Amino acid sequence: MMGYLSVSLQPRAVNVDLQTDATLQVDISDALSERDKVKFTVHTKSTLPNFKQSEFSVVRQHEEFIWLHDSFVENEDYAGYIIPPAPPRPDFDASREKLQKLGEGEGSMTKEEFTKMKQELEAEYLAIFKKTVAMHEVFLCRVAAHPVLRKDLNFHVFLEYNQDLSVRGKNKKEKLEDFFKNVVKSADGVLVAGVKDVDDFFEHEKTFLLEYHNRVKDASAKSDRMIRSHKNAADDINRIASFFLKVSELFEKTRVSTLLRWLCFVLFHLIPAQVKVEQLLMTDVSSHLLQKIEARVAADEDLKLADLLKYYLRESQAAKDLLYRRGRALVDYENANKALDKARAKNRDVLQAETSQQLCCHKFEKISESAKQELIDFKTRRVAAFRKNLVELAELELKHAKGNLQLLQSCLSVLKGDT
Amino acid sequence: MADTARDPPPEQTDFQELEDGEDLFPEPAAAPEQSGPASLPAEDVSTNSNGPKQDSLFDDDPEDLFAEATEEVSLDSPERDVLLSDGPSPAITPITPPTSVITPRIGHAHDDMFTHSSFDEIEEEEGGDSFDIHIAVSDPEKVGDGMNAYMAYKVTTKTSLSVFKQGEFSVKRRFSDFLGLHSKLASKYLHVGYIVPPAPEKSIVGMTKVKVGKEDQSSNEFVEKRRSALERYLMRTVKHPVLLKDPDVLQFLESSELPRAVSTQALSSAGLLRMVNKAADAVNKMTIKMNESDAWFEEKQQQFENLDIQLRKLHASVESLVCHRKELSVNTALFAKSAAMLGNSEDHTALSRALSQLAEVEEKIDQLHQDQANADFYLFSELLGDYVRLITAVKGVFDHRMKTWQKWQDSQMLLQKKREAEAKLQFTNKPDKLQQAKDEIKELEGKVQQGERDFEQISKTIRKEVSRFEKERVKDFKSVIIKYLESLVQTQQQLIKYWEAFLPEAKAIS
Repeated sequence: MMGYLSVSLQPRAVNVDLQTDATLQVDISDALSERDKVKFTVHTKSTLPNFKQSEFSVVRQHEEFIWLHDSFVENEDYAGYIIPPAPPRPDFDASREKLQKLGEGEGSMTKEEFTKMKQELEAEYLAIFKKTVAMHEVFLCRVAAHPVLRKDLNFHVFLEYNQDLSVRGKNKKEKLEDFFKNVVKSADGVLVAGVKDVDDFFEHEKTFLLEYHNRVKDASAKSDRMIRSHKNAADDINRIASFFLKVSELFEKTRVSTLLRWLCFVLFHLIPAQVKVEQLLMTDVSSHLLQKIEARVAADEDLKLADLLKYYLRESQAAKDLLYRRGRALVDYENANKALDKARAKNRDVLQAETSQQLCCHKFEKISESAKQELIDFKTRRVAAFRKNLVELAELELKHAKGNLQLLQSCLSVLKGDT
Repeated sequence: MADTARDPPPEQTDFQELEDGEDLFPEPAAAPEQSGPASLPAEDVSTNSNGPKQDSLFDDDPEDLFAEATEEVSLDSPERDVLLSDGPSPAITPITPPTSVITPRIGHAHDDMFTHSSFDEIEEEEGGDSFDIHIAVSDPEKVGDGMNAYMAYKVTTKTSLSVFKQGEFSVKRRFSDFLGLHSKLASKYLHVGYIVPPAPEKSIVGMTKVKVGKEDQSSNEFVEKRRSALERYLMRTVKHPVLLKDPDVLQFLESSELPRAVSTQALSSAGLLRMVNKAADAVNKMTIKMNESDAWFEEKQQQFENLDIQLRKLHASVESLVCHRKELSVNTALFAKSAAMLGNSEDHTALSRALSQLAEVEEKIDQLHQDQANADFYLFSELLGDYVRLITAVKGVFDHRMKTWQKWQDSQMLLQKKREAEAKLQFTNKPDKLQQAKDEIKELEGKVQQGERDFEQISKTIRKEVSRFEKERVKDFKSVIIKYLESLVQTQQQLIKYWEAFLPEAKAIS
């Protein structure tokens, strides 16, 4: 049923504020959803000499994005940068399950109900699809906007190489290894975080990020619950409006019928977060009234805020990771200093200790230098993104409230006027 | 804005239909001959400038006639005392004579009406409501203590109708008084075909909480729910032209002391008897196979069945909506708190302030959701609940018609048997037995005729009642829909206010 779904996407407002730079512009121009994978068409426009052409496209899958992200994380040279968080895996499982259940239950419901539910599920699928495309695009744009990462060779290969990168997803053993690595890392992270930093700026950032990250996590979870409740209420309103429609059909050509159809119309229009134009076409309310209804995109105002929070949850984690790496380097540096002192005292392996101390010092200073700028950039980006998002949220809410108000008032004047 | 195109397209098409409908019966009332006391009301009808409409025939005439009838009754106190009994037949005697005079006319015009058009609902006649009574149920007060405690409600009536002694008066009643009133009205009128509005339901759980003295949110809500339901019940009852003039209703509204209705207790013997009767009725209903000669009844019954099913489902959905809105309100409040915390930890001042503002807006929105949930509930859910019960009463009335038919058929069959027996007796030599048989036959013939009359009567009454019910339904739904839309308007206006206040804060982030 949902074998193929292709979406043509225009440049979208991304929820991170990025300087668009003519020297390298990346976007996802197209996407195709096949049975269990999504194929993204990554489109690049560049004036850099590194590329053979100035404009080209390749097809990439999710695993290739993860490969790219991991290659950044594992690269020691990038230890001092906030690595843009990897896009989440496209997750159509829930949607697919629902669609399958619908297919199985086809015989037990009326044709109307079936078509309606199918349309709803398709809209949901489309919404998830659009979101996953957006997340992947944001990742690429962040890399392209970063002064150092954009020069990465793997990144260029990712953008240009028009064959399959032969990147396979991690097998079970590798996933298990990752899991253990993470456990060790978080334990170590706690240890490292406990070390007081000499630099006030970083000490402040450490405490700030820890608290901020936790609160974003909480806000993200709460906003998800709020959206779920909203959706439940919307589903109820949908059902109620359908019943009113059925009841009105029982009393054709009567006053009750008209009243109920008006109510139906109003209720359908007020349902947040879903496109309901198709259902309205089922009633025979006048067609130019329908034209006034803007098709509400599935990603509505609630979802904007929720997406922003989720994104900054991941970014703040990436920032925390940077601080961890710096902390780790600091601990290593201090340990190397101690080892050097010991070696000098015993007058043994001094050269070895000196080189290792030099290395640690160099590493630490390199990280610190870029980390400071990264964290400042992070704050700027964050403030700008929140500002944009909050303004858009308020404007959208206002637009919809005003539209609804107008609709309700004209309905009321008609209902009251014809006594 | 350029939204004038929005204006009444659906309404216009409806008007078209209705105008066509009206043209279908230009002057039916003028056609049938007018006789005796019926002449006065007939004049009213023909002078009605809107042209004769089906409902005006039913509403104006019976009201005028009943006004005459009840005036006679109210002057005669002994007769009124007789009417205060629980027995079925005596209560309706003063009313039947006028109706029996008028029925031939209505019946005749009625048939014309039905042959011309389907049973359309027509817009309310202009100024047809000479109806001026308003009842308020207020001030619930707990009387007594422990398990014998009860809530007393103040019932205030404001009216200019002549049937009442004063223009404004109030009495104290308790819940079982309302139930007692309903049971009296039901026993008097249901079996003749009048749709008696059902009383609010008992709730042992709810009442026990109140009795025990729990002063919390849910018991307050319960009392408020009940108060509002009682008010709607009384208003519906007095809107019925026949019930309004009923002495039990008048006594209920006016007299300060009311004999305690004991038989309404849930666990009393009367209660048990009622339950047994209900079960017996259900069984009987299944066994009666009626030859429906009148398509109107079949159609209406089907309609009401469908309506019942849809309304129940709708009611369930509305209750689910109320639940989810309350949940939404809780989750919005949680989110608001979380956003406030986030704002606190944000170290960019302007963003921090904006996030705190967002938290405040969300908190206010949470309150809005809560209020909206209440509106959903009190407006819709309760109305739907009322209608589900009303439709049960309507179905009950249809069932009574079937029972009446059955009775008629039974007496006819008995008459047949007796006639056969009499024929046989003719050949024997038993003159006194023959005489007895002849007497019995005479009696039975009377019964059969009465049975037929009863059946015709109940059929006519039901038609009237159904049309009145349908008009009332339109009125009820319309007023509820308007109130609901108004509440939605308010919500949107508040939302606009909040977000407009927030927008500059968001823009001020730099």
